[in-house]
Amino acid sequence: MILQHLPALQIVVPLVAAPICLLLRRGDLAWGLTLIVSWAALAIAVMLLHAVITGGVISYELGDWAPPWGIEYRIDAANAFVLLIVSGISAVVLPYARASVASEIEESKHSLFYTAYLLCLTGLLGVAITGDAFNLFVFLEITSLATYVLVAMGAGRDRRALTAAFTYLVMGTIGATFFVIGVGLLYMVTGTLNMADLALRIADLGDNRTVLVAFAFLVVGLGLKLALFPLHLWLPNAYAYAPSVVSVFIAATSTKVAVYALLRFLFTIFGLEFSVEALTLTYVFLPLAIAGMFAASTVAIFQVDIKRMLAYSSVAQLGYMVLGVSFGNVTGLTATILHLFNHALIKGGLFMALGCVVYRCGSASIDEMRGLGRQMPLTMAAFVIGGLSLIGIPLTVGFISKWYLILGALEAGWWPVAVLIVATSLLAVLYIGRVVEVAYLQPAPEGRVVTEAPRSMLIPMWVLIVANIYFGIDASLTTSVAGTAARALIGGTP
Amino acid sequence: MKQHLVLRVVAKMLIPPILLFALYVQFHGDFGPGGGFQAGVIFAAAFILYALVFGLETARRVVPDRLVHTAMAVGLLIFAGVGFAGLLLGGNYLNYSVLAENQKAGQHLGITLIEFGVGTTVVAVMITIFFAFAGRSARMSDEDW
Repeated sequence: MILQHLPALQIVVPLVAAPICLLLRRGDLAWGLTLIVSWAALAIAVMLLHAVITGGVISYELGDWAPPWGIEYRIDAANAFVLLIVSGISAVVLPYARASVASEIEESKHSLFYTAYLLCLTGLLGVAITGDAFNLFVFLEITSLATYVLVAMGAGRDRRALTAAFTYLVMGTIGATFFVIGVGLLYMVTGTLNMADLALRIADLGDNRTVLVAFAFLVVGLGLKLALFPLHLWLPNAYAYAPSVVSVFIAATSTKVAVYALLRFLFTIFGLEFSVEALTLTYVFLPLAIAGMFAASTVAIFQVDIKRMLAYSSVAQLGYMVLGVSFGNVTGLTATILHLFNHALIKGGLFMALGCVVYRCGSASIDEMRGLGRQMPLTMAAFVIGGLSLIGIPLTVGFISKWYLILGALEAGWWPVAVLIVATSLLAVLYIGRVVEVAYLQPAPEGRVVTEAPRSMLIPMWVLIVANIYFGIDASLTTSVAGTAARALIGGTP
Repeated sequence: MKQHLVLRVVAKMLIPPILLFALYVQFHGDFGPGGGFQAGVIFAAAFILYALVFGLETARRVVPDRLVHTAMAVGLLIFAGVGFAGLLLGGNYLNYSVLAENQKAGQHLGITLIEFGVGTTVVAVMITIFFAFAGRSARMSDEDW
């Protein structure tokens, strides 16, 4: 019986845990509950992915209302993979969270922090699992509202978190409004909100101006949510001033989930046959992706705050994901989905390393990194490996992503794009190299004595770093799942 | 607001009907226009009016923060609990039909409980938002930015 209800439990378990956290009031109890729930969510996600790979698409009718009238949870390889990414990162972040949260957020707010965290987790999982366009909007808003709160909690360390959260709130709300207008227009012409049903009806409609407008609103709305260049302006400050744990979690998951939502709309609902889709991919996504890769990487080189540097790097990495989408072929899409997973491992690991630095030094500015290579060897070693993976050195996951991305570019016949991908990797060498140089070759500031971060933070960080190498050497699992997911999205049949 | 006798008397007269109307909107929601969201906002409006006229501290004594926070969580738990009840009684999550002996009674019971949960949370959230804004301390000094 439990197995059959896994899709509902995936969402409901973290959702129910959130108010319980609020009632618990004590930070340590709330943390314990959140940890258990995260691991349970990961277990459910693994079972769902296994069920989808072996048995095909799972459909769950909420309240036994048959689709397209009721809300349907529809899980194929693509969203099962996203569920695994989100819950997996959450499961690794939580053991790390205890010490980090204790040092950065005041005691009385701990249970509220974990409440907001669980709501954020619920929303992210919900966006991934649902097969209903409006339900997706609701979950997107649950995620966003919880994230605004989480980012603002960074105010204990730096008051600028408040303005960062406010900017994010304004931009995120504009994005959500555009999205819901798009969904509303689609509902107007088709009379349905179920994604599978929408796809059929839009294909029947042919050329319809309302659908075109809806498409434009949806692309811009989701573009804001996923920080597509030049709609990324909310992202750097939000990541830089959020508490370390939140930076790790949202950098690794929330924009990924928005990318997934974009894929779902582009490929499942509208489909490659849709009149302006090919044009959008070639003339909107391709130039914006490349501009984002270059502009954000260049800006990253000049950042003083290393958290902010990684945030800009995230914008560039989102450019890679959108680039994969813009090829419009299975290989490019495989690269995008693969990079969702790989980038979660890379940025998760890197932000965790910075979280350790903040834990010991109180800030992650470049001056603070001086001499850390000797004072915090394990943390900085993790940063170096994560950085190599970000650059795309062979034997790391970053290489696998770029390899598939270049294959996709060549398959589309765009070899200059392949050259550009390699060129932006060189920019990554510059901004990562700068930190490595400061950490290993410069002496520590006079009188600063710091020791290695506590083990509860080091172990989760190294789990992600080792995963970077493991999935870089043996990529058969991730590439086969990503390939299945890409075919499920683009070809209709998994 | 000690000197505003008219305001205080009128507020005292208005608050009970507001609460009553909120309950009507809440429990008539399955037959006519209404439901937990609207009812919750109306119900909370009574407390906000009370706080405006008699002061924030008095209102906080009537509805202590702890109670409001608990209500916020309990409302959501009622909602989720009804969903789980459907699941345990053999339906899918949030299936109300299995909650009672026949489908009609089950749907009726289910939506009433769900809306009650929604209403509880909305009341608590509205009051919390008002208290949070009204209770804000002095402006941040420039050095804090």
